[in-house]
Amino acid sequence: MSVLDSPPEARGDHMTYEISHLRALESEAIHVIREVAADLESGVLLFSGGKDSAVLLHLARKAFHPAALPFPVMHVDTGHNFPEVIEYRDRMVADVGAELIVASVQESIDKGRVVEEKGPRASRNRLQSVTLLDALEEHGFKAAFGGARRDEERARAKERIMSFRDDFGQWDPKAQRPELWNLYNGYIKPGEGVRVFPLSNWTELDVWQYISEEGIDLPSIYFAHERLVFRRDGMLYATSEFVELLPGEKPFAESVRFRTVGDMSCTGAVASEAATLEAVVAEIAATRITERGETRADDRVSEAAMEDRKKEGYF
Amino acid sequence: MDDGKSTLIGRLLYDTKSIFEDQLEHVEQSSKRRGDGYTNLALLTDGLRAEREQGITIDVAYRYFHTPRRKFIIADTPGHEQYTRNMVTGASTADLALVLVDARKGVLEQSRRHAFIASLLRIPHLVVCVNKMDLVDWDQSVFDRITAEFSGWLAKLDIHDVTFIPISALHGDNVVDRSAKMPWYAGSSLLYHLEHVHVASDRNLRDPRFPVQWVVRPMTDEHHDYRGYAGEVASGVLRTGDEVVVLPSGKTSRIASIDVFEGELEEAYPPLSVTLRLEDDIDVSRGDMICRPENRPTEAREIDAMVCWMSERPLSPSSRYRIKHTSRAALAKVDEVRYRIDVNSLHRDKEANGLELNEIGRLRLRLSTPLFVDEYRRNRATGSFILIDESTNDTVGAGMVL
Repeated sequence: MSVLDSPPEARGDHMTYEISHLRALESEAIHVIREVAADLESGVLLFSGGKDSAVLLHLARKAFHPAALPFPVMHVDTGHNFPEVIEYRDRMVADVGAELIVASVQESIDKGRVVEEKGPRASRNRLQSVTLLDALEEHGFKAAFGGARRDEERARAKERIMSFRDDFGQWDPKAQRPELWNLYNGYIKPGEGVRVFPLSNWTELDVWQYISEEGIDLPSIYFAHERLVFRRDGMLYATSEFVELLPGEKPFAESVRFRTVGDMSCTGAVASEAATLEAVVAEIAATRITERGETRADDRVSEAAMEDRKKEGYF
Repeated sequence: MDDGKSTLIGRLLYDTKSIFEDQLEHVEQSSKRRGDGYTNLALLTDGLRAEREQGITIDVAYRYFHTPRRKFIIADTPGHEQYTRNMVTGASTADLALVLVDARKGVLEQSRRHAFIASLLRIPHLVVCVNKMDLVDWDQSVFDRITAEFSGWLAKLDIHDVTFIPISALHGDNVVDRSAKMPWYAGSSLLYHLEHVHVASDRNLRDPRFPVQWVVRPMTDEHHDYRGYAGEVASGVLRTGDEVVVLPSGKTSRIASIDVFEGELEEAYPPLSVTLRLEDDIDVSRGDMICRPENRPTEAREIDAMVCWMSERPLSPSSRYRIKHTSRAALAKVDEVRYRIDVNSLHRDKEANGLELNEIGRLRLRLSTPLFVDEYRRNRATGSFILIDESTNDTVGAGMVL
C-alpha cells in the first residue's frame, strides 16, 4: 500500500519536506514522460480534447519547459465530434505550440480499412483502433502517450504505466512486463510499440482537483449548459446529425454537463447545474456512480468490453 | 496478502464509500449469474476475464481510495508462491505491507513468506491482521498466541515497525471502527492506523542524488543559452548555491537555479521532478548522476545484489543481461550465484547455480560501465535495478544492491 498524502507537519522549525498528493502525482507523471521521451525517441501524445488528455498535455509541457514538446500531438478523429471540442483542440495545440496530426476514422472508412456500423446504435468508437494503429505505423511512432487511468475500468486497473504492444498493436494482459520501482523497460523490436499512461495512478477526483488548482482550460461542454437531449437506456445523449432516434425517443431541453468526452454517438451527459470548476469538483466528490458507468455506452456491451477492445489495439 | 484478502479490501473500499453504486450493482449481478451464494467482492478487483473465470488473481491490481485524512493506493497482489514476482512488483513501491493471518489456522508458510518479501523490499511498515476473529469467539488468547509466534519469526527479519490487529473482515470489526466484541484489544482500528502511520521519515533526505533524465535545450531566441538537467530527485535535499559533482566526469559546479514550470525553487527533495541549471558550462548527459562532492554514491563496476527472478527462462551463471538503474543503462554479466534463498525457511542454498522463475538469490554482477549505486537498505531509489533479457527484451530480474 502506498500513502500519497499526509497533512503538512512542522516539528519545531524543522521542515519535513512533504508534498501534497497532487504534487506527487504530477512529479511521477513528469518522470514517466521524460523517461519515455528519452528511451523511445519517437513518441506521440494522444489528445482527444477530453479532461484527461488536457492534463496530460499540461504535464508534457511542464516536463520539457522552457523547451517545446519533443513529440507531436495526435487526435484520432471519429468525425462525430462535439464542435466545442474541436474548437478547444485547435486552441490548445496552438497555445502549446505543438504539431497536430489528425488521424481520421472517416478516411479509414473511405479507404475500406473499416466498415461503418449501421442503425440507430451505430458508433465509430470501435473503429478508432484501426485508425490509431494505421497512423502509428504510418508515422513510425514507437510510443503513444494516453490519458487513461487505472480507476476508470477494471481491465485498466491491471495495465502497466508503460504497456507493451506487439507488432499487431495487441495488448496481452497475461504477458505484461513486470514494472518495479520507477524503472521502465523501453526496449522494443521493430514494429512493436508501447502505450504510456502517465496518469495511471490518478483518480477522476484527482484530475478535477488538479485542473482546478492549475487553472487548466477545458472544453465548455464539461460545464452545465442547456442542450437538446434524449433518453436511451437510462442515459442522456445529445441530439446530433450522427445519431438516429429510435421510436419513442423524444428530444427535450435539459441543463447538462459531460463527465467524459468521446464520440458524440456513445458519450452520455449528466443532468447538472454545475457551471463552474468549483461546482463540478463538488459534484464529482459527492458522486456515487463511476464516470464510465454513467456516461459511456461503449463499456456496456459485455463484462469484458474494455479488455476485448484493448486486445485489439484500443487506447 | 492472503486469507480473506478480497473481503478485507472490499470492506475497506465499501466502508470508506469508495465503491460506486454501478460497480456494486455490477458485482451483484455477476455473482448471481455465476451462482456465487453471496456478493463476491473479489469480482471487484479481479479485472481480467481469465481471473473471473478461474476465480484467481493473476496480476497486481491497483485500487484507490481516500479518507478525509489521506489518499491510499492498494496494490492487490496474489498470495501463492507461483506469484512471488507479482508480490515483489507490488512491494517495490509500497510504504506499508498488510499481511493477513487466519485466526483458526495460525501462522502459515504463506504469511512468513509475505513478511520476508516485505522485509527484502524494505517496506518500512508491516501490519499483521489476525482475521476471522469471529470464528474463534473473539478469543484474546488466540490473538496473543499468533502475535507471539509471528513476532519470533519477524525477529529474524529486518522490519522495525510491526503492528498486530485482531479483525473480522467479514463483519467489519476493527477495520474502520473499533470493535465492541474485543474490549481486551487496546490498539486502534486498521483504517485509523493506516491514516496515522508516519511515512514522511521513510524517505532518504540525507544523501542528495539526482539522476539526469533529459537535457533541456530550448534553442529558441528567448532561451538561447538555456541548458537545464531534468530529473526526479531520488534522495536528499538540493539547494540553490550548493556545490555539486557530476558523475562519471567528476567535474564540479554549483546549482545556479532549480527550475519548474512555475518559476524557481529554493530547494528540491524527493520525489519532486525539477530541472537543475549549473553555474559552469560542463558536459552533462542522460544517465549522469549529480550529487555532493563530500557525499557520493559508490562508483561500481561490480555489484553484489539480491535478485528476484521473474522469467520462465532461468538465470544461469555467465549469462549476460541489460541492466537499468536510475536513468542509466549498462550490460551486466553474472559472475557468480552466491546462494539461493528458500523464501519459506530462509535457508541459504550455496550449491545453487541458477535461479528459476520466482526464486530469489544473491548474485555477483560485473558491469560494462560503472553505475552509481547506494545500498538498497539505505536508498531504495539508487539501490534498485532491473535486468532485461537481450534477446526477448523482457524484464527478467528485480535487483537490490547489497
